Amino acid sequence: MAAASAENIHTIQVNGIDLDINEQGSGAPLLFLHPGHPLGRFAPNEPALAALAKSFRVVAPTHPGFGHVDAPDWMTNIDDLAYLYLDLLEALDLKDTVLVGASLGGWIAAEIAVKSTVRLSCLALANPVGIKVGDRETRDFVDIYGIFDKEIAERAYADPAIGTPDIPNLSEDKLFHMARSREATARYAWSPYLHNPKLKSRLHRIDIPTRVLFGEADRITREGYCRAYADCIPGAQFTTMKGAGHFPHKETPDAFAQAVSAFVVGKEKELVS
Amino acid sequence: MRVFQFTEQPYPDAWDKHEGSLRVNLPNKLLDPLHAANLFHRYYDEWQLSDELGLDIMVNEHHQTATCMSAACVVTLAILSRITKRARLLVLGYPVSNRPDPLRAAEELATIDVISRGRLEMGFVKGVPQEVAVANLNPVFQNERFWESHDFIIKAMTSHDEPFNWESENFHYRHVNIWPRPYQQPHPPVWSTTGSPTTAEKLGRYGYVMANLGTGYGTRPLYDAYRKGYMAAGREAPGPDRFAYLGFVAVGNTEAEARRLGELVLAYPRTSGIVHPPFRNPPGFLPASVNVQMMKGVGRPRTYTKDGQVINMREGGVQALIDAGVLFCGTPDQVYDQITDFIEHCGGMGNLLMMGHAGGMSHEDTVSNLTLFGKEVLPRLKEFRQPDAAAAVAAE
Repeated sequence: MAAASAENIHTIQVNGIDLDINEQGSGAPLLFLHPGHPLGRFAPNEPALAALAKSFRVVAPTHPGFGHVDAPDWMTNIDDLAYLYLDLLEALDLKDTVLVGASLGGWIAAEIAVKSTVRLSCLALANPVGIKVGDRETRDFVDIYGIFDKEIAERAYADPAIGTPDIPNLSEDKLFHMARSREATARYAWSPYLHNPKLKSRLHRIDIPTRVLFGEADRITREGYCRAYADCIPGAQFTTMKGAGHFPHKETPDAFAQAVSAFVVGKEKELVS
Repeated sequence: MRVFQFTEQPYPDAWDKHEGSLRVNLPNKLLDPLHAANLFHRYYDEWQLSDELGLDIMVNEHHQTATCMSAACVVTLAILSRITKRARLLVLGYPVSNRPDPLRAAEELATIDVISRGRLEMGFVKGVPQEVAVANLNPVFQNERFWESHDFIIKAMTSHDEPFNWESENFHYRHVNIWPRPYQQPHPPVWSTTGSPTTAEKLGRYGYVMANLGTGYGTRPLYDAYRKGYMAAGREAPGPDRFAYLGFVAVGNTEAEARRLGELVLAYPRTSGIVHPPFRNPPGFLPASVNVQMMKGVGRPRTYTKDGQVINMREGGVQALIDAGVLFCGTPDQVYDQITDFIEHCGGMGNLLMMGHAGGMSHEDTVSNLTLFGKEVLPRLKEFRQPDAAAAVAAE
């Protein structure tokens, strides 16, 4: 099927896989990895991308299976996406890239960074999932497939009205994206549920400046969980964001872009000194 | 013609104590083990009676639910293999795509086949959506896993000379060599269920027995899709023994008595859908395009009367469900006429899966229903001349 209509979206082939890429802005490259779940679904004209594009050359792929492009049969877990985006960094020859991931995208970003940071300058994870913190009888995330969408919106957003889709008035294309997001998230993260049991013990390998952002109204991931995430990454900073829940890039896009650029600029200074 | 008596071995005493969900999350403190034991023994007595009456037997399994205490179909089959004498034992089905271990499934089913001296009818099903919340295997790959489990089980049952290995995304085995091997050669007959014409055609290509539930007088297109696939594999038109249909059955000496039983047996369709809504539609279970239609509130009716009226199986009354060919209910004469009329609609249907007990139907009512059917309806159905298979194809 054709890619989304927004003019800054184009389709490229990476390792034989079609990828819809939203590319805008100029400056240092920034790879943005979007979250899963329909209520955090990727919109072609995500305001956060435009805000980030004021300071960066933003490259934002749609994960295979989420939009109109099918995932190949063999792409079944988050590792597959991590390797795909390592291939993408090479294909576009991106260097000193700022890697930003939100929620499920944060998990993918962490999986990339533990493999190789050669093409990365720094890492920002917003309300990431992907590690196991609780014990075997304490799950870190509510079963999003076991509760009503209304409850997900209440847990995920500081203002649930923003996160509650107006289904009767959404276009068929938007509904299709919601349905695909719901399915594709499960494709990659059904079990083990939203985590890789091995990831926590690998996070020590991340050797670039890292900041974990936490939208403080989030009740999908919790503050303690995100702090634990930061604690596993050498030198990682932890920053809370007011007025946002699980998707700060959607709920407070300007503040989100500002937090990312301030972090990147700050780190650059630090590196220079 | 074969008729299989089916009950889900329910625990109806908890049915009025739920808060919107009888399945998955209904607390099991609502089950009294002593009462459950009594119910189980009673249900096995009724299946023994079915065996004596010349009926065959169908079992299934569901998980974490008051609608069905049969949580492991092999347990049910194991008991029936030993306490029944002649009935064919149909499992419809074994939810193989919700199982991580098809080797275990092959071993269990082969053992049942041997103990029953070759009476197993081996139905594989994908299972209803809410089973996913319990099984926890990825629903996105359910269909792929179903067919791979099927391939594996058939290979395990038909490989006799040396162990084989299996290494795929889903399953890993080093040395597969099942003991015992099945009694029936090359393997017990395979059955499956579907509501989709595409899958019906695929089942036709395999030549397996296809069963349908709740499609009423909308069943024929599925049978025609099956016939197409069956003949595309280079065979003559499929006979009635390739088709099965699940109907609710209530027989009485008077119409009034039958309708009283009909109300009781309809407890099944009226409760089977009571489940916490998020569990009803696991991700990937339905294609995205179908989910879009559901979000837009466009339903997919599947139960039709003879004159094309849509019937809601969960809410329809006795007469509506009789009209839809979902419930066969009345005096023995009436029930015979309803069933044979339905068979004519199908162009042949040789396996009636009869839910002759459901919900809180008492032992006395169940015995009466089964006995009247077994003595007054079954012998006539056995003699009924099924529609000509080739004519059914020509009529498409």
